[in-house]
Amino acid sequence: MPEAATGMFTPKPGSAPITRQVVAQALMEAKLMLRNGEQLLLAVVIPVMVLIGGVTAGNAIDLDLGADQPLVDLLTPGVLALAIMSTSFTSLAIATGFERRYGVIKRLGASPLPRIGLLAGKVLALGCVQLVQLFIIGAVGQILGWTPAAGFGTVLAFFLAIAMGTLAFASLGLFVAGVLRAEATLAAANLIYLLLLAGGAVVLPLTAYGAYGDVARWLPSGALGEAVRTAFLDGVPAWRDLGVLLIWAVLGSTLTARTFKWE
Amino acid sequence: MTYGGKRAVDGLSLSVAAGSITAVLGPNGAGKTTTLETCEGYRKPQQGTVRVLGLDPIADRKQLLPRIGVMLQGQGAWSGVRAMEMLRHISRLHAHPLDIDYLADRLGLDECGRTPYRRLSGGQQQRLGLAMALVGRPELVFVDEPTAGMDPQGRRTTWELLRELRADGVTVVLTTHYLEEAEELADQVHIIDRGRMIASGSPLELTRGPGNGMSATATVRLVVTKPFPPGARESLRKALGEDTEVVLLDERSMRVTGKADPTTLAKVSRWCEENDVLPESLTLGRRSLEDVFLDLTGELYLTEGVEHA
Repeated sequence: MPEAATGMFTPKPGSAPITRQVVAQALMEAKLMLRNGEQLLLAVVIPVMVLIGGVTAGNAIDLDLGADQPLVDLLTPGVLALAIMSTSFTSLAIATGFERRYGVIKRLGASPLPRIGLLAGKVLALGCVQLVQLFIIGAVGQILGWTPAAGFGTVLAFFLAIAMGTLAFASLGLFVAGVLRAEATLAAANLIYLLLLAGGAVVLPLTAYGAYGDVARWLPSGALGEAVRTAFLDGVPAWRDLGVLLIWAVLGSTLTARTFKWE
Repeated sequence: MTYGGKRAVDGLSLSVAAGSITAVLGPNGAGKTTTLETCEGYRKPQQGTVRVLGLDPIADRKQLLPRIGVMLQGQGAWSGVRAMEMLRHISRLHAHPLDIDYLADRLGLDECGRTPYRRLSGGQQQRLGLAMALVGRPELVFVDEPTAGMDPQGRRTTWELLRELRADGVTVVLTTHYLEEAEELADQVHIIDRGRMIASGSPLELTRGPGNGMSATATVRLVVTKPFPPGARESLRKALGEDTEVVLLDERSMRVTGKADPTTLAKVSRWCEENDVLPESLTLGRRSLEDVFLDLTGELYLTEGVEHA
């Protein structure tokens, strides 16, 4: 039964320019992340609650963290670091785990989007979500009286901390998503997040942990927390902590490259 | 292709003509999906070569992927994404995508609205999968069981669309286990079972039956009210002539295949009278692809049984 040619489906194949593909992928992923209730809770609601709760409760009981700084100036950078960690690690791991489960990565594998484009899209999507987090947490911090160190040094140091923290946590998140099933990834990513929130020196400075602080500074959470705090308190990059993050990034990328399965 | 010591696809050799519809037909586990995924570059053949549009699906992936459209067997979208969002996203990865509103209209995707993917019906997910395969205006589309889980309306629409693709010069390779689908659509049918090709040809060539050359074949199905008497098969065969094939399908039905001849039906009915069996139904028709398929897979099973004994 031959059908008449309509010309509607006449082949005209071709890939969109790679930049357009990456931007499309990033916007799509960011949109889905921000639409998901649990992800939003993790990305914005919990950090904001930690910030407000920490500052008000801390001031009420006259909390001394062993650093000679107003509490809000210590906690706001810590909460920003927490937000970076939740997005780059927990959200990314969970999203990627379910993408594998639902065959999204497999489907995209048959599209013109190359794997490197998919990765770039993911990193860019994380950047978009982090921008939203930065605005909200920054605004809440301002309301609570946060006064960050001003100047170009702060911006540069903060940017370096975000970049290195994202690389380190994203590579570790992909590693978890690549070796575990989707449900196990969900559980593990949330559990690790909670453990690092409590004992990872991310929100509270190392000085608050006493002797354990010497251990915590080698954790990616401690290093990220210190790097963001140093950026906003002193306005300079914390090279040593950035170095620790780099080591974690290399470790995470190597593990991911060895174990990650796209399907 | 071997999975854990089990051969999924073994020495399969087939080629597909441009601008045609080819159906790969086989029971579950026959190796249809493995064959397709090898063409799509998801799997590396352990032996042999695969060329798609003259390209190696693994080494030339970058050049090949924009030129083919792939419909996977189920899933392939974010659980919270809306149908049109997903289609728009895939379209943005291509240089000259189809108008997604037109495609959505043709496949009835507008009805999906804001429903997230995980809550779409199986048929809606299938139609979205087909739309994603077509949106990049490919030269060649691989569709894995395109109408599984679709209602009859959706199936009609899909068939119409696939024929239209062929008319516009798109090559279509589909897998199916609906014989009707292969018969309706395909220019070429390849029947595979346990990773091996067991028959190939146009639906007409296949239904004409093996060894019958150009002569037309008629099939008569006889169903009776009570079980056949012993020796019924042999006695009916004698009554019809040696070049007729009589198969006992179960205790109350037989299939007679032979030269298309106006007397066949009369002879069968006379045989019933003489043997005192009451026909419940007596139908005449061309051998269907289903007959071919059952013959072939049944035969294969028998030969293997002999080998093992």
